[in-house]
Amino acid sequence: MQSSVNEMTQPLQRPQATPVSWFAFATTHRASIAGLAVLAFPLVMPFTALAANILIYGLYALGFNLVYGYLGLLSFGHAALFGTGAYLCGIAIVHFGLPWYVAIVLGICGGLVMAAAIGALAIRTRGIYFAMVTMALSQCVYYLFYEAVGWTGGENGLRGINVREIDLFGLKLDFINPLIRYYVIAAFVIAAFFVLSRILASPFGAVIEAVRENEARARASGYDVTATRLITFILSGGFCGLAGALQALHWSIVPIEILHYDTSGIVVMIALLGGMGTFFGPMIGAAVFLLLENIVSLWTEHWQLVVGAIFMICVLFFPAGIWGTLIRRAKHD
Amino acid sequence: MDGLSFDLIALQLFAGLALGAIYVLFAIGLSLIFGMLTVVNFAHGAFYMVGAYVGVYILMLGGNFWICLIAVPLAVGLIGLVVERFLIRPLYGRGMDYPLLLTFGLSYVMVELVRIAFGKTGIPFDTPDILQGAVDIGVGYFPLYRLFVIGAAAVVLLALWLFLERTSFGLIIRAGARDPQIVRVLGVNVAQVWLIVFGIGTAIAGLAGLLAAPLQGVIPEMGGTILAEAFVVTVVGGMGSIGGAVLAGLLVGVVVSMTSLFAPEMGKVSIFALMAIVLIVRPQGFFGRAGLMS
Repeated sequence: MQSSVNEMTQPLQRPQATPVSWFAFATTHRASIAGLAVLAFPLVMPFTALAANILIYGLYALGFNLVYGYLGLLSFGHAALFGTGAYLCGIAIVHFGLPWYVAIVLGICGGLVMAAAIGALAIRTRGIYFAMVTMALSQCVYYLFYEAVGWTGGENGLRGINVREIDLFGLKLDFINPLIRYYVIAAFVIAAFFVLSRILASPFGAVIEAVRENEARARASGYDVTATRLITFILSGGFCGLAGALQALHWSIVPIEILHYDTSGIVVMIALLGGMGTFFGPMIGAAVFLLLENIVSLWTEHWQLVVGAIFMICVLFFPAGIWGTLIRRAKHD
Repeated sequence: MDGLSFDLIALQLFAGLALGAIYVLFAIGLSLIFGMLTVVNFAHGAFYMVGAYVGVYILMLGGNFWICLIAVPLAVGLIGLVVERFLIRPLYGRGMDYPLLLTFGLSYVMVELVRIAFGKTGIPFDTPDILQGAVDIGVGYFPLYRLFVIGAAAVVLLALWLFLERTSFGLIIRAGARDPQIVRVLGVNVAQVWLIVFGIGTAIAGLAGLLAAPLQGVIPEMGGTILAEAFVVTVVGGMGSIGGAVLAGLLVGVVVSMTSLFAPEMGKVSIFALMAIVLIVRPQGFFGRAGLMS
């Protein structure tokens, strides 16, 4: 796995004095470029509700990609982080009537805490075990939220997360308006871009990739591999918790399916489709995946057959994903 | 403790063993495939589900349960052979994640194909006439079919054990699990051995699905749930260890069954708690080799 992931990863070091291609430029200004793309997205994508979905799933995949693409651990339990963020945000609004921004912060905290709990157990195993343990633990979270009917609504999901208006320092924004809603969500996603880019560019970001590339060497260099893994997993939980909280606000309902195994699987598919271990991959993957889902669903209800087949083709023939393949081309030019 | 007699607990213990027998059969195939091919088969649940549906199909054609017992493992094993040969084989040498991801995608395709063929709703699966009713096992009356499941699992385990320990082909499989490179150097066609192991593993999964069908009914999503639970079994027992899969499978079955007796809503959660404890106390599982963890 090490070598193949390595190939599809953009170099972490700052670009050299002589940038080789457009892609070096894209790496330096990755957060700004992604932010601009997100701002301009509604111009080419008239269905803003779907566009907002793409942002949210892209953010979710971004968080997942931090663990799989950059750290090299395959998690099949990210639904638990995403779902906990959504539920905590929803519970804060529905049961406690807290303002929306507090609810979002609680959602992020929910993702962080859940990631700490799952990570602390799963990090004790390595390699292929990690996928199995995270999947099993997220299944456990699903049952727990399913049974806590009083808080979560159980099978019916948590309903009534109605945020009509967003009060921004006296400026009242109509959250029902799809375009305004999109840009409110986009603001958080863009902030997440900058935070993630900063983390990856930091010395700690270099350690994350060092652990992926060669665990023994990272350990010999004096880095605490286990702590790096756990911290990265928790950070990933923060991003996924934010994505979940935004999802709860966007849908005004949290269905129990958000914690289902399929939600963990979708993010794996999105990240692989877009390009594992690349900065832009998750967003591109989310856009392609959700657009495809919408188009295919128009003419067949058996969308899962198509998605499964596409995913298998990706694994067999395009493991670098869309963005990863483009990067590879750019490097060979 | 009112109303909870010793007999009731003993009966629940047996019910747990019947459930555990299904887990054992499921996990043993998973473990066999992993131990040999180092492939975590995420489609194992889908093979299990297909096993149940092949059974449904044979009954629709007018066959009986005994024909199913033979035909289902053969049919599902055959699908397994095709999958290994054409989908998984190209991925060897590209790391452990890729076969896992591929089988994950495959499980979506298999589930959706079954939905197209048999519909989205569940299908009841009648217990065969001769296995209906209950027998007195000393502590009370126990459903005959569950007893049959335990017996069938024991027969499969014994056959598998004899095959692995007493035949020359089993010897090759065990050697291949230890060191595929040396086995290859000795002139064994390892690719063929892997193909057969994948076929055997999936065939047993199909049989487990068939045996579970009269207990739980048949729905396209039945494989997803047991997959997560089987991961618990493999973590508790130790990945790649057949003895571990047997012991942990039975243990998980009994834990679910016992918890359901005292706190029905916690039945499913309890096994994950068990896994958490094992992870803290002994991360490699009961019989796991530490080397397999990395």
